[in-house]
Amino acid sequence: MGETLQFLLSGLTSGAIYALIALGFTIIYNATEVINFAQGEFVMLGAMFMATFCAHGLPIPLAFVLAITFTAVAGILIERLAIYPARNASPITLIIITIGLSILIKGLAMFVWGKNPLPVPSFVGERPLNLLGATIIPQSILILVAAVIAVWTMEIFFQKTLPGKAMRACAANRLAARLLGIKVEPLVLLSFALSAALSALAGVIISPITFATYDMGTMLGLKGFSAAVLGGLTSSTGSVLGGFILGVLESFAAGYLSSAYKDAAAFIILVLMLLLRPEGLFGKKEIKKL
Amino acid sequence: MKGHYLALAILAGILLGVGFFNQNDYYFNVLNILLLKGLIVVGLCLLMGYAGQVSLGHAAFYGLGAYTSGILTAKFGWSPVSALFVAQGVTLLAALVIGIPALRLKGHYLAMATLGFGVIVYVIFKEMIDLTGGPSGLVGIPPLQVFGHTFLESREYFFLFTGALILAVLFALHLAHSPFGRALLALHDSEAATMSLGYDTGRLKLIVFLISAALAGLAGSLYAHFAMFISPTSFTFLHSVKFVTMVVIGGVASLWGALLGAALLSVLPEVLTIFEDYDVLVFGTILVAIMIFLPEGLFKGLGTLVQRFRKVRPGSLNLF
Repeated sequence: MGETLQFLLSGLTSGAIYALIALGFTIIYNATEVINFAQGEFVMLGAMFMATFCAHGLPIPLAFVLAITFTAVAGILIERLAIYPARNASPITLIIITIGLSILIKGLAMFVWGKNPLPVPSFVGERPLNLLGATIIPQSILILVAAVIAVWTMEIFFQKTLPGKAMRACAANRLAARLLGIKVEPLVLLSFALSAALSALAGVIISPITFATYDMGTMLGLKGFSAAVLGGLTSSTGSVLGGFILGVLESFAAGYLSSAYKDAAAFIILVLMLLLRPEGLFGKKEIKKL
Repeated sequence: MKGHYLALAILAGILLGVGFFNQNDYYFNVLNILLLKGLIVVGLCLLMGYAGQVSLGHAAFYGLGAYTSGILTAKFGWSPVSALFVAQGVTLLAALVIGIPALRLKGHYLAMATLGFGVIVYVIFKEMIDLTGGPSGLVGIPPLQVFGHTFLESREYFFLFTGALILAVLFALHLAHSPFGRALLALHDSEAATMSLGYDTGRLKLIVFLISAALAGLAGSLYAHFAMFISPTSFTFLHSVKFVTMVVIGGVASLWGALLGAALLSVLPEVLTIFEDYDVLVFGTILVAIMIFLPEGLFKGLGTLVQRFRKVRPGSLNLF
């Protein structure tokens, strides 16, 4: 019981991180139909900025806000400098551009911050708590709370606010949205900023546990992508649930089957999902079978 | 087609010249790796330029070839040639399992599925320590032996790999100009139109995917015997991305461009050793810049410059 709960808790913690990244994928995909393979680098940038600001003695809340803002700005810059100029290119070209961006950002991060992991202080103390025979560190609870709040805020944004509704309209049918007088360009910028901010949040809150390293984004990004595909790529609810499901399954696979193959678990789920139900758990069934 | 034969003859001539006159083993080693990358890129170019599909897991097929050959010869004492055939079988089987479902769907499912597949295979290479030697690599792979002749020198491998590459290019050129290639060309322009002509487009794509996987597997088997040591770090996601980049840099639908891309990206790190770890920075910049400014690739980008001075035959196919 205690063991199962332990795996569940650690799975939910990493699941929360995957969920935030997957939501970022979905937001950009819905706005631009670009699968942004540089998503993981936003996570890394968030963690790196956080580590830098903390090292300079900034109070944690301020560093937190600054790290996320800086990454959001990076997201906007990337859209302007690399995605926007190639907006008429084929999807393959755009995918490759984002992969190139990911390599480029990672290289820059290695140049600026070096190869060693940078420590980030824990936000809420380090003493583990006991919960029905399982231990949980306070930072994990914080991760779960932060993820839930972020996802909830996004949901309110998409359902209640005008820009959020416009973004949904844009995702449903870009041309129709344009005809209704919705300006698509600022929405695309906004989607990059939001998506980068969500991923940065994931990076910031996980950094006290994993430290910040220049290459931390690749694996996290790919797993977030798997989570998004699991949820259906176009559905924000789906991608969040996909994140949690992936995290928990991965944790159980690592705990009960083999910890060595932990990193493969997420991708086995991804491949199985693509083979068996390519539209994802919650995606629209728009896939055309040939 | 005549022009292609000429280009191929020139390429073969240059390579043979290098093979006979070069005395420096280091150059041979760099060139050998380059020739193997060329093999992979030829297949990937067919897949991307014709079937219009991207594989983000070709390093895995390369690795499957290398590890199957390596394990069978080093651990079970098989002869390199029979191991090579089994390696081809393993690679093709893996490609079938991924390709059949993924290519039945419209869109970029193959890219996603091969991405996942690539990571899984990499983790297996790394973790199945009993067979693969794990992260520290597989040692003791014997050199290639064909009909009693053992390949020992880099120069011998160079001639072998040159032959393999020339054959692969010849095969790709003929394939592209065969009825099958025409169907693929049509597929690239309009899937619906090709289907209406009675072609099973899913099957066309699958065949090209299998060819490209087989070439990558072959390159892997040859690499294992040439290097006599393999480790998982040669078969990462980044390598898959590099293969795609080579094709893209040259221009997706141009075989010669893709080979140029392979040459550039294989030689560049050797030349720019001053960058050391930061070569990824250069690599990323080149990739993004080319995709934004020359989306048709270096080859075509330079080609349009040339064409300004040359009359272009109307209706001539610019592919290949």
